Amino acid sequence: MTEASLVSRITDFASRADPYPLYEELRRTPVLHEGGDGPYVISSYYDIKALFHDPRISSDTITLAAAGRDPLDEQEETGGLPLSFLRTDPPQHDRLRRIANSGFGPPHRPRRIDGLRGVMAETVTGLIDGFGDARRIDLVDRFAHPFPVTVICRLLGVPREDEPEFRTWVDPLVASLDPGTRQSADDAFLKSLHQSRTALGAYLAGLAEQRTAQPQDDLLSDLVRRDGPDGSMAMMEVLSTAVLLLIAGHETTVNLITNGMLTLLRHPDVLERLRREPELSVNLVEELLRYEPPVQIVSQRTCIADVEVRGVTIPKGSRIWLMVAAGNRDPERFKDPERFDPDREDIQHLGFGSGIHSCFGAPMARLETQIALTELARRMENPRLVEDPPPYRPNAVLRGPRHLEVAFDGLR
Amino acid sequence: MAADPGARILREGRIVIVGASLAGLRAAETLRAEGFAGELTLIGDEPYEPYDRPPLSKSVLLGMASPIHTELPHRREIAARWRLGVPAAGLDLAAGRVRLADGDEVEYDRLLIATGVRARPWPNEEEARLDGVCVLRTRDDAADLYRRLKAGPGRVFVIGGGFAGSEIASACRGMGLPVTVAERAGAPLVGALGGVVAAVAADLQLENGVDLRTHVTVTGLEGDAAGRVRAVHLSDESTVEADVVVVSLGSLRNTEWLTGSGLGAGPRGIACDAGCRAFDVRGIVTDDVFVAGDVARSPHPLFGYQFLSLEHWGNAVAQAETAAHNMVCASADRRPHLWMPAFWSSMFGVSIKSVGVPPMGDQVMVTQGSLAERRFVAVYGHQGRIVAAVSFDNTRWLEFYARQIERGAPFPVEFPTMDRRPEGRRPVPAAFPDPSLPTHGATVTLTGYSPADRQLVFHPARP
Amino acid sequence: MRLVVDLNKCQGYAQCAFLAPDVFAMHGEESLVYDPHPEEQQRERVARAVAACPVQAITADGLRGAPGSAPRSALGVPDGR
Repeated sequence: MTEASLVSRITDFASRADPYPLYEELRRTPVLHEGGDGPYVISSYYDIKALFHDPRISSDTITLAAAGRDPLDEQEETGGLPLSFLRTDPPQHDRLRRIANSGFGPPHRPRRIDGLRGVMAETVTGLIDGFGDARRIDLVDRFAHPFPVTVICRLLGVPREDEPEFRTWVDPLVASLDPGTRQSADDAFLKSLHQSRTALGAYLAGLAEQRTAQPQDDLLSDLVRRDGPDGSMAMMEVLSTAVLLLIAGHETTVNLITNGMLTLLRHPDVLERLRREPELSVNLVEELLRYEPPVQIVSQRTCIADVEVRGVTIPKGSRIWLMVAAGNRDPERFKDPERFDPDREDIQHLGFGSGIHSCFGAPMARLETQIALTELARRMENPRLVEDPPPYRPNAVLRGPRHLEVAFDGLR
Repeated sequence: MAADPGARILREGRIVIVGASLAGLRAAETLRAEGFAGELTLIGDEPYEPYDRPPLSKSVLLGMASPIHTELPHRREIAARWRLGVPAAGLDLAAGRVRLADGDEVEYDRLLIATGVRARPWPNEEEARLDGVCVLRTRDDAADLYRRLKAGPGRVFVIGGGFAGSEIASACRGMGLPVTVAERAGAPLVGALGGVVAAVAADLQLENGVDLRTHVTVTGLEGDAAGRVRAVHLSDESTVEADVVVVSLGSLRNTEWLTGSGLGAGPRGIACDAGCRAFDVRGIVTDDVFVAGDVARSPHPLFGYQFLSLEHWGNAVAQAETAAHNMVCASADRRPHLWMPAFWSSMFGVSIKSVGVPPMGDQVMVTQGSLAERRFVAVYGHQGRIVAAVSFDNTRWLEFYARQIERGAPFPVEFPTMDRRPEGRRPVPAAFPDPSLPTHGATVTLTGYSPADRQLVFHPARP
Repeated sequence: MRLVVDLNKCQGYAQCAFLAPDVFAMHGEESLVYDPHPEEQQRERVARAVAACPVQAITADGLRGAPGSAPRSALGVPDGR
């Protein structure tokens, strides 16, 4: 066989702008194993859904490491902190996630995210106002990136005046998520990465100490003082959770907003409708999560027993990739799946995963994206794409444009 | 070739639905969605449009919802003639006519019976009339009970530790009210979940301050001179003072109005085939009378074609949809009702869910989590197969087990799972009480292998 | 408005309780309680909750095409422009 394997064609940067034809090809072999210790690649909706809820499928980093090297090379930079709950199994996962959730959402803090709507609105307004007299902007750098960072700062309780400094530590850490950046990283970058991590850790530890002495209405205060039935988090766990929220939850929102604007600019009729009918944003964002999910592949899975999928036995210990972006366009599940249809009913997408590891920050990402897209549509006069496709980040998992140049005629 | 009668019914038939609750409403919506253009009549004994019942023992008692505002949203316009506040009183099968309590008669080409169940009243009528003795089934019941709980009674006494009784006890504790639960068996929920899992429910009650009395029955209710209940007498000779007594002894099927009609209806419900068509007393299936919801008992292929009687919200919806479809389609297009039994409950902040038929299980093993932590999945086995799974605060795994049940996967569960504890490696007896003894918690009742067969006989508690 | 949640489908993802906290609440970690008859002013939040439910368990009437009820801006806060 001279042709490159399908998996390597998917991860190849050349496919980044439009991996969907490859996903279609992939679905013809719903359980694909290209030999050796390569992953079992699952691409049909119902199989992915089933495996998300299968108690024989582990997310634990240690189990995963035993399954051999991952061609995606997605190891999380923990910087010496304990593993975040994303990479653990029950019962550890459940305990850590419950404690993290106790400062984030219901039942303990049911209004925390709803209470951020004002901050989200202000931030969006400020960033769009900041476009000023420009008639062309990079939406990523000027909007999609700074917006979620500001919201996360507010959620955690990072004082506004610290934000600029704080971001100089966060930005390199986010950049380092990208395998491309890591591969081309020189010593200077690695050194700055290390400094950022140390500085961020020290800063957060200082903040956590303040909150221990003087609790405020923010997530960090809840993380340090929570003394519920699950016990409290150790300081290191607090820091690890804070960093997880910052990093993991963040890049995905940048991509969701950017993919959203890109999709709207490619469907000007929908963009115009959104301008006139802001309430469309609610369903539109769900359709976006189906059509262009910010996480394309859930690759951190191993089976702890032989698992049969569509007559194929996946042997115990195998690495499994769940191709959520392929499942989201599975014609077995969605009618006319290649069409972006903001009026679509019954969008039970896999964009936030499913089961116990389903996206922790989903409600925040939803609100942020709904508000961001509505306001961009409402305020930008005649926006259009400068370059299609735009340049992409190298990452095949957290897929999204690196830049999105948008030309427009002014602000409303 | 003669036209299938389904086509005529669809175009211009007269359909009557007796029972204007969840199943009745969803059937009506499905009929219209299927294109039924004829005359549709809904008959309900309560004077209210269809409302949802589960919130009555949860959101309503927690103060989050009003008892008079749980009306169900409509999925579509149903253009029906509503006869509310008038119970059906009789059925003339030969003439195709339903008689109402007010003397009116309504003719049908197709009839759907969805009359559901009602709360089993306290058997001593005089005691049942005491002020402060309540049941909880209807919105009027809920309004009355909520008002009494809000008044801050000295103690609430719940007779029966089934799901409804346990949910009421949970709400009382949430309001800070002292509450006693009396259960004839060894633990609450034992009839529905078996002794192993029920022990967890018992701990949950005790830890939340419920005065739980097991292995006892209530022998009498005592009133004061003004006719208000003041105390409850128990079979262990003890007496508990209480101002509110909630009788939570399960339910009775609303089939009395069918007595003498020739339909196969009785205290266990109305037997129907997998296509929801009712059997007559001779065991012959009718072609124009259909049944759905709590009042139905139908054979289930996943469980050896035993007739199951399911008091489940989801079953009411699914069976109503199937029945409605089959009422108006060509006979070749009829579908069987193949719903995977499933129910939920929530008490003391714990979400309890079940798939399959736990009481069919004779062994159980905890495949994930731990009973002691009250977060677990328990799997029930019968004759080498998985027949049910129950979760406490572990809902997201349950759909995996539902598929295992569908496949008839082997039991015991040999494969490893995440978070399997040593206690969960081997099956233990599920410890269901003797099925011939009454319990208050069963939500699935195995009612035998033929329309006429009654495997279980219920003996109501007699003082 | 009226709504009902199919609690057989519900898996406690709590999206509704995040997005419409006056209508949906978690009682414990996984069990949902809700007001089946929320006030009209909750319409916008309920619409978000219905769309966000990962198992599509919420049925509400009159959400689509209700004239005059649509928010003018997605910001949903006073002076949010």
